[in-house]
Amino acid sequence: MRRGVGWWLSLRCEMYKRLLQIVFVIALAFTMLGADDNSTTKLDKIGHMMVCQCSCGQILMECNHVGCPVSGPMIEELKAQLAAGNTEGAILQTFIAKYGPIVLAAPIRGGFDDVAWIVPYTTLAVGTLGVGFLVVYWRRRYTRLHPAAPLPTPDDAGGEMRDRIRHDTDYDA
Amino acid sequence: MPSFGSFSLLLALVLSAYTLFSGALALWAIAHGRRLAISAEHLRETSRRAGMASFICMCCAAFALIYAAFTNDYSVDYILHHTNRALNPTYKFAALWSGQEGSLVLWAWLLSAYGFVLRLRHKVDITLSAYASTILAAIQIFFLLLLVFAAPPFALVPGGVAPADGFGLNPLLQYPEMIIHPPMLYLGYVGFSVPFAFALGALMMRYPGENWIHITRRWTMIAWLLLTVGISLGMHWAYAVLGWGGYWGWDPVENASFLPWLTGTAFLHSVMMQEKRGMMKGWNVWLIFSTFMLTILGTLLTRSGVVSSVHAFAQSSIGSWFTTFLVLTFVVCLFTFFYQRDHLRAENQLESLVSRESSFLFNNLILLTACFTVLWGTLFPVLSEFVQGSKVTMGPPFFNRVAVPVGLALIFLTGIGPLLPWRSTSLRAIRRNFILPCIAIVVTAAVLMFSGVRPWKDDDATSSIYALVCFSLSAGVITSIFSEFLRGAGVVGTQTGKNLFTSAILLVRRNTRRYGGYLIHFGVIVLFVGLAGSAFNQSKELEMGLGDSIQLNGYKLVCQSFTQDSNPNYDTDYALLDLFHNGKKITQLAPEKRFYTASQQPSTIVAIHSTLAEDIYVVFEGRDNQTDKPIIKVFLNPLVNWIWVGVGIIVFGTFIALVPPLKPVRRIEPVTESQHAPRGGVVAVAEVRNV
Repeated sequence: MRRGVGWWLSLRCEMYKRLLQIVFVIALAFTMLGADDNSTTKLDKIGHMMVCQCSCGQILMECNHVGCPVSGPMIEELKAQLAAGNTEGAILQTFIAKYGPIVLAAPIRGGFDDVAWIVPYTTLAVGTLGVGFLVVYWRRRYTRLHPAAPLPTPDDAGGEMRDRIRHDTDYDA
Repeated sequence: MPSFGSFSLLLALVLSAYTLFSGALALWAIAHGRRLAISAEHLRETSRRAGMASFICMCCAAFALIYAAFTNDYSVDYILHHTNRALNPTYKFAALWSGQEGSLVLWAWLLSAYGFVLRLRHKVDITLSAYASTILAAIQIFFLLLLVFAAPPFALVPGGVAPADGFGLNPLLQYPEMIIHPPMLYLGYVGFSVPFAFALGALMMRYPGENWIHITRRWTMIAWLLLTVGISLGMHWAYAVLGWGGYWGWDPVENASFLPWLTGTAFLHSVMMQEKRGMMKGWNVWLIFSTFMLTILGTLLTRSGVVSSVHAFAQSSIGSWFTTFLVLTFVVCLFTFFYQRDHLRAENQLESLVSRESSFLFNNLILLTACFTVLWGTLFPVLSEFVQGSKVTMGPPFFNRVAVPVGLALIFLTGIGPLLPWRSTSLRAIRRNFILPCIAIVVTAAVLMFSGVRPWKDDDATSSIYALVCFSLSAGVITSIFSEFLRGAGVVGTQTGKNLFTSAILLVRRNTRRYGGYLIHFGVIVLFVGLAGSAFNQSKELEMGLGDSIQLNGYKLVCQSFTQDSNPNYDTDYALLDLFHNGKKITQLAPEKRFYTASQQPSTIVAIHSTLAEDIYVVFEGRDNQTDKPIIKVFLNPLVNWIWVGVGIIVFGTFIALVPPLKPVRRIEPVTESQHAPRGGVVAVAEVRNV
């Protein structure tokens, strides 16, 4: 039985709707991630956001120096701050005021610190766009220079497969 | 012996200078057809021989330093600061690279060794080798100038009175891997000088064709392999010695070794486009230039004190030397590139949006983004101090957050790239090639979620979701690699009538590069799986008296005893702990804390019980001041062994890729008179494909 164009279009619309639903659910799942929070994990979480100041350069909760004169008191101080019910931001501010911004394991104070985070992602985004444009430009230039060059069609797939197998199993040049 | 060493260095400098100037003069005369007092070819040959002789001088200098370490010659300042009498003789070798001057000797020695091999094999292309030899001599001069004027390794102790004993070797370096890790790393670093020299030389002489890539391919791969092994050994050393439960802390020294690895990997991929399609010539030249310059930049960053590192063992004020050298190198590269840029015109163009070529472009993008991100993170504290007046720390939280997505993109491309053919492809072929890996990805994700990997329920959701994506993508890539092997082996089996296993071996032997490359990809994926395991690390810390126990996810550690011991080199504090799994005793672990008497520094010796599934990693953190009981920290680190297995597969794959491929057997068959045989053509060559 041959199906009409309308049937195919409605099927395609249905597929797009389903896809959108899936994307929505995934996005929701991502935004809900990390919503769980409690005091025991808070100590671990904030402790992992700071660096021990004994010059070992290790994460506060991972400093393993025997009798480290710094990490112990720092952790006790953190516990006291948590017990006092201070927020994560307030606790970090207290530590920054005491030890300087170097106490943070990553720059999270806002302002110029944000540049540290923005630049790598921007580089990746700009690079991806750049490479994408380059590929499209080169392809267009090739088509312009070789107007008669045939594009592979789905019918060529069998021949292409044969070429590929020959290429893959043949002796290296 | 110090005088002998100093003289050797001086002679090596003179010989290298001769290699550079006579080589440059001879090449200039040959290129411009000028006549010299002696023939340019003879001058070029003397340059080559002088370069080879400089290697012998460097061997003498390195021998003199090692000899001084073994004979406890504390009149030499370097030996005084890096060895002591009680030091295990094996570690006296490590003294060569444990400090600034020694590691520069090692660098210059290895560079001269590479130069020696290059000059020995000059017949592969006499003119190109002469260019490369001259450029290597220029690099060698820089290091020798440093050794003679800025950081002399044979300088005598101030006052001239040698103390009775030395200050000892840094305890962190007194570990078996330290015998092999730095030389491997340096072999990798220095090894990239050779493809750099060839690339610059080929550009200077407008080398026709792409043969210089064939000549340097093995050099590049060997340098890449050694750097990979060096970095991995460093990771293992950090894991076993530093005692914090991890293997990569994004320290500037680690980052410095990772940067040239990333650009080197990009070069190894991108250069295939030049080889097969004559494309990306300028890009490739800059990739290898950058790789070499990053080896120098890494050294500059860690040695100059620009960025602080917990294991920059050899900081000093030679930063200005490295800066000058780096700027000079960049200027020479830039000038040569612009002067000869018309020689780098592409021979072919991109024909299709979806092809192997475009996947290589994206692969390069990801690798270079990773490189930039690591460099950015390493240098941001300096920038922050300049802009805000205060330094910031760029620790693992920053790098993990920005580098992990890039790593996942790399896994994705590792799966896609090999499935795309050169030039162009069709939608149908894409669908057919990708259906199996896609199914593997979906099935793996479903199985993992079913078996308990549910990021939305974890405290550290980000790590869990990254791990889930990593495992799923890895399954897809592994499926694509194995389907490539199976399909190829199936076709070879049909051709030859041999079984699948023999056909697979034959397939690999026919095209060692391609299938060696697939094995390397497989190793990288196994390594990534190991890295993703860190999302599920657990740890516990407890003060343990006799008979006390600690439980961690099915494992139980029971303290049997704790005691102290000492030898002339160090005092040690250790505990004996029985390890049980599901009630059954598996082994006894003995984590240690050492205190080295000469250097007055402590060190950790971690006890590890490794399986393919997980590591039980036990650290003796010290004793409680009040109770005198040992404080034991236990980590359960899943899948760590996969990292080392992955590295092993990468090494194996690289060896495969280095092996020359099997060539079709050519059988000579007599041709009868009745067949076409014009003018004495009595034989014809018949190619036999079935081996």
